[in-house]
Amino acid sequence: MTAAIELRKINKSFGAVHANKNIDLVVGKGSIHGIIGENGAGKSTLMSILYGFYNADSGDIIVDGQKVTIADSKAAISLGIGMVHQHFMLVDTFSVLENIILGAEDGTLLSGGSDKARKELARLDADYGLKVDPDALIEDLPVGLQQRVEILKALYRGAEVLILDEPTGVLTPAEADHLFRILEVLRNQGKTVLLITHKLREIMAITDTVSVMRRGEIVATRKTSETSMEELAELMVGRRVLLTVDKGTAAPGAPVLKVENLTVTDARGVTVVKNVSFEVRAGEIVGIAGVSGNGQSELLETLAGIRHPKSGTVTIGGEVLDLAHHPVDAAGMRAKSVGHVPEDRHRMGLVTSFAEYENAILGYHDDPAYSKGPFLNLAAIKEAAKGEIAKYDIRPPNPMLKTANFSGGNQQKIVLAREIERDPSVLLIGQPTRGVDIGAIEFIHKRIVELRDAGKAILLVSVELDEIRSMSDRVLVMFDGRIVGERLPSASEGEIGLLMAGVDDARTAKL
Amino acid sequence: MSAGQLPRWADLGLIPLLNLTAAFLVSGLVVLIIGENPIEVVQILLWGSLGFGEGIGFTLFYATNFIFTGLAVAVAFHAGLFNIGGEGQAYVGGLGVAAACLMLDSLVPWWVTLPFVILGSAAAGAAWAFIPAWLQAKRGSHVVITTIMFNFIAASMMVYLLVNVIGKEGSMQPETRTFEDGGRLPMLNDIFPFFDFGTAPVNLSLILALLAAFGVWLLIWRTRLGYAIRTLGANATAAVYAGISPARIIIITMMISGGLAGMMAINEIMGSQHRLLIEFVSGYGFVGIAVALMGRGHPVGIVLAAILFGMLYQGGAELAFEIPAVTRDMILVIQGLVILFAGALEYMFRPALIRIFTFARTPASAAPAAATK
Amino acid sequence: MFETLILILDSTVRLSTPLLLACLAGLYSERSGVVDIGLEGKMLGAAFGAACVAYLTANAWLGLAAGISVAIGLSLIHGFASITNRGNQIVSGVAINFLAAGLTALLGQAWFGQGGRTPSLPDGGRFREITLPFADSVASVPVLGPIYSGLLSGHNILVYGAFLAVPFTWWVLFRTRFGLRLRAVGENPAAVDTAGISVTFLRYRAVIICGVLCGMAGAYLAIAQSSGFIKDMTAGKGFIALAALIFAKWKPVNAMFACLLFGFLDAVAIRLQGQSIPGVGEVPVQVFQALPYVLTVILLAGFIGKAIPPKASGIPYLKERT
Repeated sequence: MTAAIELRKINKSFGAVHANKNIDLVVGKGSIHGIIGENGAGKSTLMSILYGFYNADSGDIIVDGQKVTIADSKAAISLGIGMVHQHFMLVDTFSVLENIILGAEDGTLLSGGSDKARKELARLDADYGLKVDPDALIEDLPVGLQQRVEILKALYRGAEVLILDEPTGVLTPAEADHLFRILEVLRNQGKTVLLITHKLREIMAITDTVSVMRRGEIVATRKTSETSMEELAELMVGRRVLLTVDKGTAAPGAPVLKVENLTVTDARGVTVVKNVSFEVRAGEIVGIAGVSGNGQSELLETLAGIRHPKSGTVTIGGEVLDLAHHPVDAAGMRAKSVGHVPEDRHRMGLVTSFAEYENAILGYHDDPAYSKGPFLNLAAIKEAAKGEIAKYDIRPPNPMLKTANFSGGNQQKIVLAREIERDPSVLLIGQPTRGVDIGAIEFIHKRIVELRDAGKAILLVSVELDEIRSMSDRVLVMFDGRIVGERLPSASEGEIGLLMAGVDDARTAKL
Repeated sequence: MSAGQLPRWADLGLIPLLNLTAAFLVSGLVVLIIGENPIEVVQILLWGSLGFGEGIGFTLFYATNFIFTGLAVAVAFHAGLFNIGGEGQAYVGGLGVAAACLMLDSLVPWWVTLPFVILGSAAAGAAWAFIPAWLQAKRGSHVVITTIMFNFIAASMMVYLLVNVIGKEGSMQPETRTFEDGGRLPMLNDIFPFFDFGTAPVNLSLILALLAAFGVWLLIWRTRLGYAIRTLGANATAAVYAGISPARIIIITMMISGGLAGMMAINEIMGSQHRLLIEFVSGYGFVGIAVALMGRGHPVGIVLAAILFGMLYQGGAELAFEIPAVTRDMILVIQGLVILFAGALEYMFRPALIRIFTFARTPASAAPAAATK
Repeated sequence: MFETLILILDSTVRLSTPLLLACLAGLYSERSGVVDIGLEGKMLGAAFGAACVAYLTANAWLGLAAGISVAIGLSLIHGFASITNRGNQIVSGVAINFLAAGLTALLGQAWFGQGGRTPSLPDGGRFREITLPFADSVASVPVLGPIYSGLLSGHNILVYGAFLAVPFTWWVLFRTRFGLRLRAVGENPAAVDTAGISVTFLRYRAVIICGVLCGMAGAYLAIAQSSGFIKDMTAGKGFIALAALIFAKWKPVNAMFACLLFGFLDAVAIRLQGQSIPGVGEVPVQVFQALPYVLTVILLAGFIGKAIPPKASGIPYLKERT
């Protein structure tokens, strides 16, 4: 098999971060080549270099046997390399057609290029089954179709090599399956596909060859048929993964958090949480599984007081809250002893330009323990911050340091320490270990279990099914804003996966 | 310290210094272009602003205005808001000063009038900032654009009021009657006779401005409200997460900002002019932008920057007298250059400095060490 | 009554022209994602440059070229600050307004010594009114005659240029490759970048076009409408143009109507000065002066439609580390 792409000794650093180290990679023509690795392993950087978005510090790129320099995306496109980015590179207010021809307009005027693109879109539909209305506005299209426009964009530019960066993160399992079928068709027609993902299942399901990246290096390349999930997982993290969390059986008490018929609409008026009811008892961890974008985030934010529901009630420790008519904000929910570790610490959980001690009171700055009348009690705040730093082994142990200068794991510990140390009776936790190193993951998981054993009610949202299954005492599955089923964590992945794909209990029963 | 970063002193000291130097070098170039000697210009500027008591007095008088308007811009900055409306807010603030003075000046001494004047000017400025603030908070209308619009609306409104409503009867001048003693702040000369500021109108407002600067420092770095303001400015989503209402903080911050701008009118109207007249703000609201940028949003920096601009305004007046070709418009040029270099081109020198520092810190042996990191 | 109307509309056209040119200038810049509150300064600088050169050469076209050059120069400063250095675009715009206000007055005084004015223009230094064919002969035709000879005819070339720039801008924006990319870069620069197009070059071209149009607007003030430069002669027109741009929701044809509306308010204000409207009484001139700003604020508040700016406007483009 000839190589479509070959990378030799590629290096790239961002300041002190060595994102790619001596990367050697050979991608066979007409194959689907997977690149797997944890968040921050350097996959996206490597692909951005191949697509000319970044320039490598050193190393060679060989395309079709020719050594090339890819100075910018234009050069990559002309070499037949196309990319579908994790965050779509589409202009929302443009039509599909306008997005397709952007950068490939074929002349100074648009009329000629548009006509050509229309014909070409029809042909691509016929060849690959990629149907989409050329005159629809991107903002009106569902995510799956937007992604299809991205693929069409690349094919329209004559891409022979298609790079897909975490393409299934925003897709439902059904949409993901559809995408995989498209990729197979592309491969069978001679295109080369590079699939970047951190999901082992996808690698096993679709790729011919797989390369594993860890901390900026390619640590192994295997034929997919000759490897196993266990081997890949081990290569990814560098040692045998602990898929089970060391925890005893739960001793649940009375319900502390009770959600009844909760319905939430987002800013655009779309109903994102639909008539959801469940309860979390003292001393148990209830996990919510689901593909991201199925209402888990909105549910969590509603319970935290960041969003306000349209209808339904929430009961906390016996107090019934009609949040639709008497909204309670985040400060109000904290006052009702609800702690919240948000899904995205950079966007929400921290102010990265603040010193560590200032983040240690985010959300609690009005707490009498930290204030004297209208003033902040800086001495008390720094004292508390120091205590948390010691207890949670936050490094470096300097409360005056700017939060941006802490590593991901330590930043997460800052958030976790802040929320746990207020001793909440309900703790809402979103993606507790996203972008966190292995050592910190174990620490964080242990803390959460300790909190459970101390009799707190914990609601855990994570898109990592492994995390949900290993941490939770009960698993709820959300799909399209609904809770479509409840399982024990011991239920098989396949069973929970079906629910995540929208095959709910009612339909399963019918089958 | 990792590569790609600068030591704190370079970020806080060296870069602003370089930016200012660049602004003044280009200003010097402008002086050369109009055929004058920049060295001579600097000499006259320094002498005119600091060389004699009256010069210092005027410098401090102008600085008083700039402390208020600079603080106004800075407070809004901390919440992530750009209040360009200081000009209009100060103008309307004059109404508050005049209202209190016109009502009380013949009845009570100045120290009884003063609290009402402070209240009136701050309330008027805050009220003028309230509508843009409310529109930003509740309707998402961009506060930069609305405050620009409100500057013009204020200008029209004030002319109308001074001509048709509160102007002195029987006078063609659009201004109110002159205040009696009860509507006049004492000059610093009268309080501290040993200063000898000559005829310079530097008055008690300077003390008020310094108190305001201290108050802003307390507010931003020592209070719960300040914490909320800074959180909103740095990360609005995190503010919502923390239970801080952006709408509430936007409105409160803009009103504080408008109030500070409004208080500028105390210095001009009660401190110096002793009557409300048109266009008394004459661009001082905009100078606040330059002052806040130069002072990097910190009250100490703002006081220093305000004094520097006070020197420019006073020295510039002397300059126009000594060298007629260098008119007071030179100040506008310098102001523009300071805003350009200290604001919009803030990071221009950063990449080069980082290279210099990285180079200085990594001698030959460090290169392989970096590769193994 | 009809004659009065024609007169008011005629001066509406004259007063709208600089607004329209500046408004379209801002449209190109802001559609590309570069917010420009320095329109005022660029117009002022251009007016000064145009007046100086037109005075020295007695050639209006050279004056126009000079005005455009000055405005492009200021645009490039704005571009350097906001595109290359990713500085704050509002701050940069404010700086340009001050620079222009200061430099024009300072240099004007240094060079001509007339208190910031430039000397009155010699013949040929000024753009003259153009009488359209048959304007005199059809003037007596009822209704249409006065409209043709009184309203459409008798303007200088920049007026016609400004109004022709409206359909031209529409065509550029919606029918050409450049326009497609310009609109795209203001909405999502990353999409443009990954399509292999330079965001920087595209935005620089946009601010240069902005300079050209601001240059025409400034030249109109100094060497077409008046005969020379006067200190601060833009008097806030750049900001009215900015208001008109928002009022027009960043669309070229809307921009023309917005500028005509604001020009009309100005014309009426001048006409009604000191006169009273039957049934209403005397309306203070300040009401008309403030009205464009008040209307824009009301529009911004979303009470009459919603003004949504290009999504990426005001945000410097930085390749993100993924």
